[in-house]
Amino acid sequence: MKEIYLDNNATTRVAPEVLEVMLPYFGALYGNPSSMHSFGGQVGKEIRQAREQVAALLGASPDEIIFTSCGTESDNASIRSALISQPEKRHIVTSRVEHPAVKALCAHLATQGYRVTELAVDGEGRLDMEQYRESLTSDTAIVSLMWANNETGALFPVERAAEMARERGILFHTDAVQAVGKIPIDMSKNAIHMLSLSGHKLHAPKGIGVLYVRKGTKFSPFLIGGHQEKGRRGGTENTPSILGLGKACELAARSMERENTQVRQLRDKLESSLLTGIPNSRVNGNRQERLPNTTNISFEFVEGESILLMLDEFGICASSGSACTSGSLQPSHVLRAMGVPFTMAHGSIRFSLSIYNTEEEVDFVIEKLPPIIGTLRTMSPYWKPVEQMCAER
Amino acid sequence: MWEYTDKVKDHFLNPRNVGEIEDPDGVAEVGSIACGDALKLMFKLDENKRIKEAKFKTFGCASAIATASALTEIIKGMTLEEAAEVTNQDIAKFLGGLPQEKMHCSVMGREALEKAIEHYKGESEKVTEGKIVCECFGVTDLEIERAIRENKLATIEEVTNFTKAGGGCGHCHEAIQEIIDTVRAGEFDKQAAPVARPQLSNIRKIKMIEETLEREIRPSLKHDGGDIELIDVVGNRVLVATRGACASCQASNQTLKHFVEIKLRELVYPELVVEEVAQ
Repeated sequence: MKEIYLDNNATTRVAPEVLEVMLPYFGALYGNPSSMHSFGGQVGKEIRQAREQVAALLGASPDEIIFTSCGTESDNASIRSALISQPEKRHIVTSRVEHPAVKALCAHLATQGYRVTELAVDGEGRLDMEQYRESLTSDTAIVSLMWANNETGALFPVERAAEMARERGILFHTDAVQAVGKIPIDMSKNAIHMLSLSGHKLHAPKGIGVLYVRKGTKFSPFLIGGHQEKGRRGGTENTPSILGLGKACELAARSMERENTQVRQLRDKLESSLLTGIPNSRVNGNRQERLPNTTNISFEFVEGESILLMLDEFGICASSGSACTSGSLQPSHVLRAMGVPFTMAHGSIRFSLSIYNTEEEVDFVIEKLPPIIGTLRTMSPYWKPVEQMCAER
Repeated sequence: MWEYTDKVKDHFLNPRNVGEIEDPDGVAEVGSIACGDALKLMFKLDENKRIKEAKFKTFGCASAIATASALTEIIKGMTLEEAAEVTNQDIAKFLGGLPQEKMHCSVMGREALEKAIEHYKGESEKVTEGKIVCECFGVTDLEIERAIRENKLATIEEVTNFTKAGGGCGHCHEAIQEIIDTVRAGEFDKQAAPVARPQLSNIRKIKMIEETLEREIRPSLKHDGGDIELIDVVGNRVLVATRGACASCQASNQTLKHFVEIKLRELVYPELVVEEVAQ
């Protein structure tokens, strides 16, 4: 059975072109880029090129790019650096819907004597910018707000938020792990100080990330060691993955147009067909200010894990914000922060597409999912067919 | 991804006995949509008061559906007395096991069965009994106590896996730990003093062992040219060394087990174990 992969916000396939670039560096070209001999030196040259490729995608300059091991490391490095380099400031502003890489870190810092403000979102997952403005104080060391939400695809107005922080002399970090490669980003035109990205979300392998640090921003390294990354991140370079990420960024720049046309159209077709084909369903989050590849749909009175496992029988890969899949016993913190009613929250499914998805695949899901929801609803003690509900009125 | 057994997958993908019974003899609903899983169970009895038909409806994950399906299969043909004996472990075992984090599904099945039987007998529901400990999932101290006892739970995490209590905000963790401590202390007492024997303090225990050795055991051993010395008492382990003829006697182990240990158990404490230590 061939899988139909609609879980690209979890991870993506490595692009064949990326794999091709990487393979020689697992084999013959194993040199250390820091070496003085030309065998290692040639690898160093390739890394320089990869840094340029990443910078180009972000509208950044190459020396603003620090290679890390993952998005989580980038988030940790940036927030901790802001706190260490401004020891007199003890306040962090973030949101309730951040990825655990930021959310759990801030919760930890709150136990270490820092004050953390978690901004609320409305029912569509949008920030209250007035509340944000009021949260900024002279004690605020850093603001960390995600660019795009991993569960709903909702976009935060981070560029405007960064501008407001800059006016008050506050550092601004964004976790852009879901945004990079899917929507245009130009760091030369905004006031964001630090940005995290993760390779495996844009068709590079797992285990490689980037922290962008704007020139002139005080930075205190998270991993202290050798002189790699100009002393901003110790540790021998993950050469194959860095080169793979460079290639992936080059490809992403070229396919950005397709993300916003082809991928968006497929997502919209999937979403509208499911909404019409399945009664008592709804989209979670604002449908305009959103990534082009993501839809988060809730099906009332059924539970997400059951839906996923039935989809799995057809090779369809998606994810859910239900309690049974969240690793805890409560539905996802994002849906709870949005106030999604619990009759809906437990039955939420996220589909996240990529340029590799086809219309046939989307049609297959549109064909298979409605009967699955129907089957589970006949089993559900809460579900009453529409006819019965009407009769009771 | 959860590691479900083939049997769980089978009962999830092909659930048995889904639906409702018209005019059931017993019916119960447990769980709630807010908590993420719920089960409605109903049964009908035949003329011999055996469960003729059992049906369910479930809102929940794969293991909740499989558990409910398994439960209906288990109880069909049982008398209510037999059904009342079904434990959550029986349900899990029927399915070839459940992931630890999903054991609460089996507990929900057992709860539904119990309530359905109560409903048949006309007993009022016992929901008001006990005090809510976990506000997030509405779990009472009695439910937690029972899960600890029946499944020998030792940690907060295990209690959460089996009852969901403590799986939300986490404010009740301290209270859960207290219940675990109380239940386990009680269980220990029960094991330690099964009959109406008073609990022995260690000093008293050692003194009694010494006296018994002196009065009841040494004379017989000495008669055969042997002797025994008490080295230490560790909990219920009586550590002794054999002397004289006993030390070189092939049968001394038999003597220790069949004579010394039996005497000490009879006269001092029934759980004592005699062990010989090398000198």
